[in-house]
Amino acid sequence: MISDAVLVACAVAGALALVVGAALGWAASRLPPAADRLVERIDALLPQTQCGQCRYPGCRPYAEAIARGEADIDRCPPGGAVTVRALAELLGCEPRPVDPSLGAAKAPAVAWIDEERCIGCARCLPACPVDAIVGAPRYMHTVIADQCTGCELCLPPCPVDCIELRPVQASTVHGRWHRAA
Amino acid sequence: MTELLLLALGASLVNNFVLTNFLGLCPFVGVSRRFEAAAGMALATLFVLTIASGLSFTLWHWVLQPLGLQHLRTLVFILLIAGVVQFTELMVRATSPLLHQALGIFLPLITTNCAVLGVALLNVDKQHGLLESLVYGAAAGAGFGLALLLFAALREQLETCDVPAAFRGAPIALVTAGLMALAFMGFAGLGAR
Repeated sequence: MISDAVLVACAVAGALALVVGAALGWAASRLPPAADRLVERIDALLPQTQCGQCRYPGCRPYAEAIARGEADIDRCPPGGAVTVRALAELLGCEPRPVDPSLGAAKAPAVAWIDEERCIGCARCLPACPVDAIVGAPRYMHTVIADQCTGCELCLPPCPVDCIELRPVQASTVHGRWHRAA
Repeated sequence: MTELLLLALGASLVNNFVLTNFLGLCPFVGVSRRFEAAAGMALATLFVLTIASGLSFTLWHWVLQPLGLQHLRTLVFILLIAGVVQFTELMVRATSPLLHQALGIFLPLITTNCAVLGVALLNVDKQHGLLESLVYGAAAGAGFGLALLLFAALREQLETCDVPAAFRGAPIALVTAGLMALAFMGFAGLGAR
């Protein structure tokens, strides 16, 4: 036999929980976090190469443009079909091939510096969006393969063309490419 | 008016919740590594404490007492505080995602910050009115924030100090907190007549 006191206690606690829950639900619907969270979720699907091939300064600005409805989901060559499919699923639209005018989808690659030819000019350092190149003026540079996103932005500034892109070895887990896939 | 001022002074300095009553030590040690995060935590706790003490007084006075359910106060207050904290988290996430990231798990953990429940229960025990409850809560939050900010500033200085290996990390932090508590004892008797 349950005593009245227990019933009353349950009723009061339950009623309070209901009121608090309703107030929270109302507050959540009034506050505007939905868009921000959408940006986060889109950004999480992008490969974070920061390569700018989508014509936006980086992955985050591209995610914001998608969230605002200004950009299509087919502007990310490094992400390729996998990213487009994931974005289409998130946003509820039809997947389509990546826009070929922005560059072809390539296999994952990382930059590699031919240290024989590197003259230590340091011009590739500011070009790297993820600070994956170690080096200083007059010293040889090298690429931290785990950090490199293969965005190719370091190729144009190099005066001696000693940087080349090499395919990622399948056996190595490269953090960023791993995440992109 | 003087009464309220004395109440605020007492709750924030003389009987500082962290350094004299030892309530809310978990975020005090947990979120004091970086000053910015500590400032965010101080503001969030101030907000939660003020709202929670006002609401808990309302519930106590208009619901629990008339129904004779005083024994339910702990349960009811914790439910209420959890709701207010969730609301605060929604607000912080909407207004400042970076701060939300910096505070991390400690933001929802304000729910279990014993200073918040402590203020609600002390308000009842001391038979404060609505205004007194609000002032007491806000002053307790301000005192908590003051202690947290001072502590965070000290800990940032300590980062660059040559601390003996055995004292690095938590030990030196706790020693610092103890010294701060000693310093706050200097406020004892302030405002007494």
